[in-house]
Amino acid sequence: MSEDILDTIKEQIEANPIILYMKGSPAAPQCGFSAQTVQCLVACGQRFAYVDILSNPEIRATLPQYANWPTFPQLYVSGELVGGCDIITEMFESGELEPLIKSAVEAA
Amino acid sequence: MQVQDIIERKLAGRFDLQHLEVINESSGHNVAPGSETHFKVVLVASDFQGQRLLARHRQVNEALSAELAGGVHALAVHTYTEGEWRDRFGEAPLSPPCLGGKASEQPKTGDQEAR
Repeated sequence: MSEDILDTIKEQIEANPIILYMKGSPAAPQCGFSAQTVQCLVACGQRFAYVDILSNPEIRATLPQYANWPTFPQLYVSGELVGGCDIITEMFESGELEPLIKSAVEAA
Repeated sequence: MQVQDIIERKLAGRFDLQHLEVINESSGHNVAPGSETHFKVVLVASDFQGQRLLARHRQVNEALSAELAGGVHALAVHTYTEGEWRDRFGEAPLSPPCLGGKASEQPKTGDQEAR
């Protein structure tokens, strides 16, 4: 694991209260799981940062080890991993996601 | 042994299961016929009582770490306690449709995809 890339990842996660590591961009997701996660986030009505791991291969290679989470997408809120598509979708449907996102933005 | 069987055995060995579904969803994706690259697993287990989703999924990922590091490109995970499963009337969510990305060109990388 490169130290530089680790530092970059840590900075991104610290600097952005909501950050999604995904395949493609919110406007043009390259994977169904990433697309569905973006839909949930957009529906929560807050701005969020994203990193396209397809155009950042070093982050793609390093983040799974750092996070101990093998798959993408990965959503971080207030510096903590919340989960991937299945978890985000379930939290959105149960009504947990929106208040979590909102309070993260307000606290930032 | 097929990857599907290996996944079933590993999950059955790791969790106190009341219900298990391992579904090969590869045919909905941009891979060769008969591939074992995209799976969905539905687990109902007493292990999940009192555990948050992140902790539950971490355990599933750990149980299947060799498969995720190998040929399994995408893994959808749905975890329930017996009570949660009953509340859903035994229905797990559908996986999202493929957007055309080619798994075969991205070994060792995945969608909820594994790296």
